[in-house]
Amino acid sequence: MFVIKCPHCFEAREEEEFSYGGEAFVARPTSPETESEESWGDYLFMKRNPKGWHWEMWGHSTGCRKFFVLKRNTANHTTVGAWTLAEARKIYDAEEATA
Amino acid sequence: MSNRISHKNSRVDLNRPLTFTFDGQSYQGFAGDTLASALLANGVKVVARSFKYGRPRGIIGSGAEEPNALVQIDVGARTTPDLKATQVELYDGLVAGRTSGWPSLAFDLKSVGGKFSRFMPAGFYYKTFKWPTKLWPFYEDIIRRAAGYGKSPIEADTETYDHQHHHVDLLVVGGGATGLLAALLAGRSGLKVLLVDDQSELGGYLLSMPNILIGGVSASTWSANIINELQSLPNVSTLSRTTAFALHDMNMIQAVELLQDHLPHAARNNAQRRERLHRIRASKVVLATGAFERPLVFGNNDLPGIMTASALTTYLNRYGVACGKNAVIMTSNDLVYQGAVDLAEAGITVTIVDTREQINPEWAAKTNQLGIKVYVGYGISEAVGSGAVQGVQLVKLGSLKNVVTAKGPYVPCDVLASSGGLSPTVHLFCHDGGRPQWDDARLAFVVSANGRAKDGIFCVGAITGVFALQEGLAKTHDTIAELLTGLGKTINASGLVLETDEIAVTPARRIFNVPDGKDGYGAKAFVDFQNDVAVTDIHLAVRENYRSIEHIKRYTALGFGTDQGKLSNVNGFAIAAEALGKTIPEVGTTTYRPAYTPVSFGALAGAHVGDSFEPRRYTAVQTTHERYGAEFEPVGQWMRPWYFPKPGEDIHAAVNRECLATRNSVGMLDASTLGKIDIRGKDVREFLNRIYANAWSQLAVGKCRYGLMLDEAGMVMDDGVTACISDTHFLMTTTSGGAARVMTWLEKWHQTEWPELEVYMTSVTDHWTTAALVGPKSREVLAKLCTDIDLSKEAFKFMDWRDGKVAGVPARVFRISFSGELAYEVNVDASYGDYIWNELMKAGKEFDITPYGTETMHVLRAEKGFIIVGQDTDGSVTPFDLDMAWAVGMKKPYSFLGKRSLARSDTSRTDRKQLVGLLPEDPNVVLKEGAQLINSSDITPPVAMLGHVTSSYHSAFLGRSIAMGFVIDGIKRRDEEGNNIVYAWAEGKAVKVKIVSYVFVDAEGARHNA
Amino acid sequence: MKKDYSIWKLLSQGLKHHEGWTPAWRSPEIKSSYDVVIIGAGGHGLATAYYLAKEHGIKNIAVLEKGYLGGGNTARNTTIVRSNYLWDEAAMLYEHSLKLWEGLTEDINYNVMFSQRGVFNLGHTLQDMRDIERRVNANNLNGIDALALNAQEVKDRIPMINISKDTRFPIMGASFQPRAGVARHDAVAWGFARAASNYGVDIIENCEVTAMDIVNSAIKGLQTSKGYISTSKVGCVTAGHSSVMAKAAGIRMPLESHPLQAFVSESLKPILDTVVMSNAVHGYVSQSDKGELVIGAGIDHYTSYAQRGSPHVIEHTAAAIIELFPMFSRVRMNRQWGGIVDTTPDACPIISKTKVKGLYFNCGWGTGGFKATPGSGNVFAHTIAHDEPHPLNAAFTLDRFHTGHLIDEHGAAGVAH
Repeated sequence: MFVIKCPHCFEAREEEEFSYGGEAFVARPTSPETESEESWGDYLFMKRNPKGWHWEMWGHSTGCRKFFVLKRNTANHTTVGAWTLAEARKIYDAEEATA
Repeated sequence: MSNRISHKNSRVDLNRPLTFTFDGQSYQGFAGDTLASALLANGVKVVARSFKYGRPRGIIGSGAEEPNALVQIDVGARTTPDLKATQVELYDGLVAGRTSGWPSLAFDLKSVGGKFSRFMPAGFYYKTFKWPTKLWPFYEDIIRRAAGYGKSPIEADTETYDHQHHHVDLLVVGGGATGLLAALLAGRSGLKVLLVDDQSELGGYLLSMPNILIGGVSASTWSANIINELQSLPNVSTLSRTTAFALHDMNMIQAVELLQDHLPHAARNNAQRRERLHRIRASKVVLATGAFERPLVFGNNDLPGIMTASALTTYLNRYGVACGKNAVIMTSNDLVYQGAVDLAEAGITVTIVDTREQINPEWAAKTNQLGIKVYVGYGISEAVGSGAVQGVQLVKLGSLKNVVTAKGPYVPCDVLASSGGLSPTVHLFCHDGGRPQWDDARLAFVVSANGRAKDGIFCVGAITGVFALQEGLAKTHDTIAELLTGLGKTINASGLVLETDEIAVTPARRIFNVPDGKDGYGAKAFVDFQNDVAVTDIHLAVRENYRSIEHIKRYTALGFGTDQGKLSNVNGFAIAAEALGKTIPEVGTTTYRPAYTPVSFGALAGAHVGDSFEPRRYTAVQTTHERYGAEFEPVGQWMRPWYFPKPGEDIHAAVNRECLATRNSVGMLDASTLGKIDIRGKDVREFLNRIYANAWSQLAVGKCRYGLMLDEAGMVMDDGVTACISDTHFLMTTTSGGAARVMTWLEKWHQTEWPELEVYMTSVTDHWTTAALVGPKSREVLAKLCTDIDLSKEAFKFMDWRDGKVAGVPARVFRISFSGELAYEVNVDASYGDYIWNELMKAGKEFDITPYGTETMHVLRAEKGFIIVGQDTDGSVTPFDLDMAWAVGMKKPYSFLGKRSLARSDTSRTDRKQLVGLLPEDPNVVLKEGAQLINSSDITPPVAMLGHVTSSYHSAFLGRSIAMGFVIDGIKRRDEEGNNIVYAWAEGKAVKVKIVSYVFVDAEGARHNA
Repeated sequence: MKKDYSIWKLLSQGLKHHEGWTPAWRSPEIKSSYDVVIIGAGGHGLATAYYLAKEHGIKNIAVLEKGYLGGGNTARNTTIVRSNYLWDEAAMLYEHSLKLWEGLTEDINYNVMFSQRGVFNLGHTLQDMRDIERRVNANNLNGIDALALNAQEVKDRIPMINISKDTRFPIMGASFQPRAGVARHDAVAWGFARAASNYGVDIIENCEVTAMDIVNSAIKGLQTSKGYISTSKVGCVTAGHSSVMAKAAGIRMPLESHPLQAFVSESLKPILDTVVMSNAVHGYVSQSDKGELVIGAGIDHYTSYAQRGSPHVIEHTAAAIIELFPMFSRVRMNRQWGGIVDTTPDACPIISKTKVKGLYFNCGWGTGGFKATPGSGNVFAHTIAHDEPHPLNAAFTLDRFHTGHLIDEHGAAGVAH
C-alpha cells in the first residue's frame, strides 16, 4: 500500500485516498477523424504497460480531486516523485528525448 | 499435576488455580499457563492425530511454531478452530476440543490407513483415484472428510473488531531482549516509538532463561527495569498480545491485537472489541523478531513426548512444567546446555546426545558436575515407543560426514528434545520483496542488520544470525546508533550495562537429518509434522524431477500448514539440497508471505461489516417515505423507494395503482438521487459540446436539453438533462448510479486534455431535493403552492426551467418529464426537502396525489420508450443502436468524445443489435427481463440469439404487457411486415413477440406538451 | 503416450520404496533449433505444447520458462472452472475448455482433481438479477448448463449463506452452473508437463527470453539466457509479462498487468461444498480438498509486476466474505499472495496472430485464465499449427481493438475469475 505525496496538497497520504488513472501522457489525437482505424484503436486501447519505471496518472479522489503524475517502478513499487501534469510533462519529455 | 514443579522464576501463579477441559476431560492449570503448558503439566501427551497417517502427536513447540497441537476453543458462536494450544492463554472455564482423531484421540481411524503409509507417498493422489472417472466425486468426498482440522463456527460471530491507525517514527517488532533495548534507546532519543510483541508479557526468550545475568542482574530484573523505563516515556507505546503479521510497501505493518480471548467469559466486555487490527505506518522499522529452534530430523521423530529443546526449557523455566522425569536432549550446538543444566537442577535426569566430535569444555565441566551424561559424537537414529517416546537408539556418527559408523546404546527416556540450531524469523523482512541470505557459519538464513536501511528497515538480535545475547545486545546498540545518526540524533545508553554471564559459544555441527544407516528404509523421519512430510517424500519429489524448491514444497506440502513451516522449512531446504546435490543457497527458500501467523477474517474486516460494509445514502425525504410504507431498492449507494404498497397490495398491485394515478391525475417521485453537477465558466458550452454527443451552443437561458454521454469508444455511458442557467452556468444531471463516475470523467478530461477551457465543476447532488410532480394534474397542484412563476402552457414550456418560490421556499422548477406526462421537477435546498415533499402531498390531496417509486418510474418511462442507462445499455451500445441519432451532433466542429469510434468498421455497421419495442402476442404475458430473442421457437442448442429483453412490464395504462429489447437489425425488421416476429426465450419457454416501435404511449408528445 | 500412473503401479512401487518412479517430465539440454517454441511454461503454455504434439503431429517443440514451470498464475489462482459466460464467442470457448476438463485426468493420466461442485454467481440488485437471467438464458441456448435461482433456492443449496434482507447487499438470487467447479492447480501444470514431455516436448526451465530475432517482419529465432534458438514459430503465453514480450517484438498490446490477490484460511472440516462468487461485494470462496477456504479478491487498481498488492484489498475481501457468511468471521487467514493478471479492455483474451509472421500471442486472460487452460492450449495449438485461428478463437484477435468488435464481458457481470 503506497504513500503518495500529492503535488497539489503537498501532503503524503495513504493510497486509499487516490485513484489510479492509467498510463500518463496518452494524448488524444488532435484530429480524430483523420486517424486511421488502426491508429485510433491504438490510442484507445494500446498500453505500454512496462515492467519497470512507469509514468502514470493518479487522481486525488478523496482529497483535492486533481489529477497528477507519479513515476513508479512497477517491478518493486518504489516511486521517485509525483508532479502536477504540467511539471511532469517537462521531465517526461526530457526523458523521452534522451531515451 | 504430575509434571508441575514449583520453580523459582516461573511466570505461573500457583496461587491462582484454573479449571479447564480438553477433549471432554477436566483438568487444572494456573494463571500464566498456556493451554499447552497446562496440558503438559497434566501429563497429557497425545493432543492430535496426524493429517495423513493418523499418527499420534504431542506438543512440540511453545509458540507460533507449533505444528501439532491445533485445538478448537470454546463452543457456540464463540467457537474458534485451529488455534495453537501453545498460544492459547488459559482462563478459568476454558473449553478446548481436539481437531483431529476420529472416533477419538486414542484411536484414529486414519491410523489404520496409516499402516499402509508406504502406499501413500507425496503426491500419491495425482497418480490414482482416477478410475473409473465417474467415481472421482466419491473418492474426493472421502479425501475431504479425512482432511481439515477444526470446525468452522456455524453461528454468526457475536463479537466485534476494529482497526486503529498509527503513524510512528519507529516501530519495533518483538519485545525480547534486543527489541526492548532498541525501543529504549530510540525512546530515549525522543522518537515516537511503538513496540509490538505477540506474547502476553514482554521479555521474549528471556522469560525462558530468567537466570542468566545481564549487567550483573538477572534477566528478569533487567527486562523489568527496561519495561519500567519504557512505560515512563510518553513517546513510547507498547502493545502486548499483538502480532505483526504483515509488512507491506513503504513500511505499512499490519498487527493484530488479541483483546479478550485470554479472559474468562464473565470478565469479557461486550462493548469492547475481540481483536483490533493495527495499521502501522512507520518511518523506520526495527525487526527484533528472534528465531525459532529447528529440531533435528530422525526416525519416529513425531512420537508424543518429543519436542524442541527450547520448548523443553521454556516449559520448565517459564511455566514450571517438567515435561518428563528422564530427558534426553540431542543437539548439534551449544544452545541446549543452559536448559539441560536448568532441568538437572530441577531434579530431572538428563542425558545429552551431542552430534559433535568435541563439545564446549566449559559446558562439559558443568554437565559433569551435575551428573548429566553426554554422549559425544552420537546421534539418535530412531525414537522408540508406542503412543509416546520411551527411549532412543543412538548411533555413532562419522566425524566428517553425516553417516553412521557404529551402532550406539539404547537410552530410555520419557521426554526427548532436540536442537538443530536456530532459524531466524525473517518473515516480515521478506514480505515486500526482501530476501534472506544463507550464512554457512551460522547454518541459518539470516538478514543483515542494515540490509534494508534504505527502506528504513533495521534488524537486531537473532534475526541477523547473532544468537548470543551479549553480542546481540551490543549490536543492537550499534544498529540503533546508526539509525539515530541517520536522523541527526545521538544515542543515549547511560546506565545500561550489556555484559552477560553467557558461556562463549563453540561451533555447531552441520547436520539436519540424522542418519540411521538404513538408506531410507528405516523408520519414518518427519520434516513437516503438520503435513506428514517425511524425508523420503522429499527424495521422491526430487526423483520425479520436482526439483525447484517451490515444486518440492507444492508436491510434498512441505511448509503448507498453519505453522507455515516455521520448524520444517529450513530442514526441508537442507534435505532437498542434499538430494539435489546442490548447496542450500542454490536451492534457496520458498516465498515468505503474510500472514506470519493466522489472523481472523473478523480482524481483517474490522468494523467494515454489516451496515458499515458500504455506506447507505438516503434522501432528505427518507423518514416520510418510511411513513408511507415504501419498500426500498438500492441504486448505487442510494436507497430509493421502490414502490409504496398499501395494506394487502403486492408489488404488481401497487405499481399498477401508482401508474394509473400518475397517468390519470398526479403522482410524485423522489428524484433527488439523480446526480447533479454545477458547471460554470466562460467555456461551459464548448465543454459540453465535447463531453456530450449532442450540441449545446444554441441552448438558451431558461432551457433544458437531454444529452447522451459516450465513452471514447463511442458507447453510451450516461445520460441526463442539462439546464442552461446562464450563458456561463449550466446544471447537469446524471444517472443516480453514475454521478461519481461522471464527475471524475469530466474532471479528468478537463484537467488532462482541455485545461485551456475555463470551467469549474461542483457536485451538488445532495444539495438539492428533487420532487418530480408528474401527471395531468401536476400544474394544478403546483399552482396552489407557487404563485411567482407563470405556469401557463405558453409561458413555461416543456423543457423550460424557472426560478421561483414553492410553498414559500426558493425553488428551481424544471418542466421536464421522464414519464411522458406533464411534469414539473421541483428542486429545493435539501434542508427543505422533507418539508416541500409534504407540502406538495398536502396540496395534491384533492387530486389523490400518489407517491411512487422506481418501479413505477420504470414502467412509465418504458411506456414512452425512454432508456435507462445500465438496464437498456450494457457498455456495448451506441446512440445509433438505441435509435437515438437525434441526440448525436455529427456536425459539431470539435470531435466530441466517442465520435471517431462510431465510425469504426464494426461500430458503424447498420445491422447491429438495435433497440426496439416488443409486444408479446398474448397481452397478458409479461416477458422475463433477460429473455433471449430468437428467430424460431424450435430449440436445439446452439441457437443463434438475436438480442435480449432489457425492460418488460405490465402496462396498466395500456392494459397489456410491453417490453423493450435489442434485436439484430431490429430497426429494419420493425417495419417489415412478415419479418417482425421473434420469440422471447427464458427458462425453457418461448413466447411469440412482435417487433414494434418502442414508444407505446403518446408518440406525438401531446401529454408532456399539455 | 505412456499412461503408467495407476493404483497398481502405486501399490507395486509402494513395495519397492517408490524407487522406480521416473521423472514426471524430462529436463533435457536445450537444442539450437525447434519447429515451435512456446514462451511460458504455465498451464496454458504447456497445454499448447501438449496439443501441438498430440493433435498436430509437431514433435520438435520447446517450452521455455524463465522460472520454474507452473510458477506463475497457474500456481496463484483460486482454481475456479466454469463456462457460463454471456457472449457466444466467450461461452463457446470456455465451454470447449470445460468439456476438455471433464476428460482431462484420463487424457493426460494425471489426476487434476477436477471437482464439479458447481459455481454460484450471486445477484444482489434487481439489475444483477436481470443480468443473471440474461446470461443463464444465453447459456442454455448455447447448450451450457445454467440455472437462475432465487434467494431461497440459493439458501437451500448453501445452508451457511446469509440471505437476510437486512444486509447491505441482500442476496436476491444467483446463477448456478452445476458442471462448474474447481481443480488442483499445480496438478494441471505438472500433468500437462508430463504429458507433453512424453510426446517429446522439451521443457526448459530457468530459461529467459531476452530478445526476439525478427527479420522482415518474420520471426527467425529467440535470444535466451541459455543461448540462441532458431525457430520460425513462436507462441507467447506469458500472462502478466505479455507486454514485456510484446515490447521485445516491437508491438503493443491492449493489456494492463494488475496485481490480483487471494488468500486461504486455515484448514477446516468440510463446511462449503460449492463455489460462491459475488461481483457486487468483490469476493469469492470455495473450500479446497485440504480443507482451506480459498478466497479471491478483486484486482488492485494500479499496474504491477511485483506479485503483491495492497492490504486494504484483502481487508475488504474478508469483509465481503463475512457479509455472505457471517460465521466465517472467526476463521483465520493463513496465507495471502498475489499474481499478475493481464487485463484487456473487454475482459476477453487475445488468441491471435500478430503482424510479425510466425509470432502468436495468447494473453489477456485477466482474472479468469485458469478455467480456460485446456481449451486455450487446444485452440492456440491449432492457431500455431495452421497459421489460422481455430473457429473458436477467430473472434479473439488483436484486430478487434481496431474494428471495435469487442466481446464485452464487463457489461453482463460475467467477468472475473
